[in-house]
Amino acid sequence: MRNDILRNAKNIKAEVKNLTFTYNEKSLESKKVLNSINLPVYENSVTALIGPSGCGKTTLLRCFNRMHDLYSTVNYNGQIILQPSGFDILSKDVDPLEVRMKIGMVFQKPNPFPKSIYENVAYGLKVRGIKKKSYIDEKVEESLKSAGLWLEVNDRLNKSASTLSGGQQQRLCIARALATEPELLLLDEPTSALDPISTAHIEELLGELKKTVTLLMVTHNLHQAGRASDYTAFMYMGDLIEFGESEQVFTNPKVERTENYITGRFG
Amino acid sequence: MSPKKKAATASNTTAQAIVKKLKRQDAIFSTLGLLVLLSALLVLVVLIYDMAQTGWPRLNFDFFTSYPSRFAERAGILAGWVGSLLVVMTTALLAIPLGIAAGIYLEEYSQKNWFTRVIEINILNLAGIPSIIYGIMALSLFVYQLALKQSVITAGLTLALLILPIIIVATREAIKTVPSHIREASYSLGATRWQTIRYHILPYSFGGIMTGVVIALSRAIGETAPLLTVGAVTFIGFLPTSLMDSYTVLPIQMFNWLSRPQEEFHVNAAAAGLVLLSMTLLLNGLAIYIRYHFRKKYKW
Repeated sequence: MRNDILRNAKNIKAEVKNLTFTYNEKSLESKKVLNSINLPVYENSVTALIGPSGCGKTTLLRCFNRMHDLYSTVNYNGQIILQPSGFDILSKDVDPLEVRMKIGMVFQKPNPFPKSIYENVAYGLKVRGIKKKSYIDEKVEESLKSAGLWLEVNDRLNKSASTLSGGQQQRLCIARALATEPELLLLDEPTSALDPISTAHIEELLGELKKTVTLLMVTHNLHQAGRASDYTAFMYMGDLIEFGESEQVFTNPKVERTENYITGRFG
Repeated sequence: MSPKKKAATASNTTAQAIVKKLKRQDAIFSTLGLLVLLSALLVLVVLIYDMAQTGWPRLNFDFFTSYPSRFAERAGILAGWVGSLLVVMTTALLAIPLGIAAGIYLEEYSQKNWFTRVIEINILNLAGIPSIIYGIMALSLFVYQLALKQSVITAGLTLALLILPIIIVATREAIKTVPSHIREASYSLGATRWQTIRYHILPYSFGGIMTGVVIALSRAIGETAPLLTVGAVTFIGFLPTSLMDSYTVLPIQMFNWLSRPQEEFHVNAAAAGLVLLSMTLLLNGLAIYIRYHFRKKYKW
């Protein structure tokens, strides 16, 4: 069983190829935030993006679901290829909506909609025009189970999501993203607003989730990256400095700057 | 006492003196503010009291069900309040959908460039234009060019234009209070702009938008000047049966009675004023209720 997972883990789920990303801010000068990034994201594993504030890790994450397109005019140069379909997320011919149909996201701060628990999880299906009640019910239950929340909420699905605790809300957000069966789940510092117990809960959950979905996570917390991820990418000032299996990156980094960062000499 | 200790005490006394002085300044300013506020309120209370005292005895059932008359004691405000209601309803039907749609467009769809900035600035400017100017514009556009005559629909259109900027601004402010992480959550699940607006932004900002709408309508009810220009009738013996009929509204009725020499008509005017004031206060109360109700519902 363990061998199976390891073998699967070698398959690439998504691949960032030579990605340079620039913001065209209100002033005419454009700002380069990502510099020729190359990064593989392996299937059924957790890949962590680490680095000091402003290194571009969240910017890179938000390229994966074209979140930047909501705001200013942005410039993607390069590709992010989803495998095995060969779908290029950043292609100009691809509508951001289509990308977001395939890729889920969990945010830094738990952000459930001020609606019922059920409606939160069902929302992704609703926007896809799925109306069949029995199917939605089934999906809601399945997603809440996957997010480890079902036992806590199955008797109050119609209660407002705001009645849940912070940790429960974040797991609800995970369930909401899972309901649409994403090929890739993005997590933007998913535990930074949570207490240690809820954080442990979520980290444990990530270990379960990677059996069925590929996870890409930004984290500020180096210990978390060490504990919960299989691969780690260290970024600095818009460059990808080092990528490797987490164990190797944390115990035997190849680049000096990585070592300086993980040993706390800067950052 | 050692020199060191002496210095410390000295700096203590200066600190105390400074704090004392600053506190005194604070006290002076807050007293002044309170006085200004009270005098403004006092004027308002005196005005309302005076009007109530004059008008109250005149308020009876007949007053609400009679048309204007040459005899003050037989005259009533039937045409006035029915006309006011009709005009405000027409205004609401025109201004609410337009204003909310424009607010949504500016906040959620439009690109932020010089063109939208010009539009934004001009909407703010429009909110500050004297209402008589709207009246003059409406006279030439609606009454003559579009040949809508001196009708309920002309009045509705004129007032709709007048309150449109208020509704647009209120809508935008209400939409802005929906946090961006809620929008992002919706978009990240594959929702379109319209789905995000329909399922999230509009429901969550509904309270704020409705508050703005009600306040705008309460302003429309009290407007007189633009309707004088576009030809509200002051003496009318029938109720409008269609939107193309002539009409009068409460403030115009009041204005007419006030401009007569006989004292008895001034009593009528005061009574009509009471009715108008109650309508406005009722609407404002409704706005406060809506705001309170929805503020409790969503906490971000």
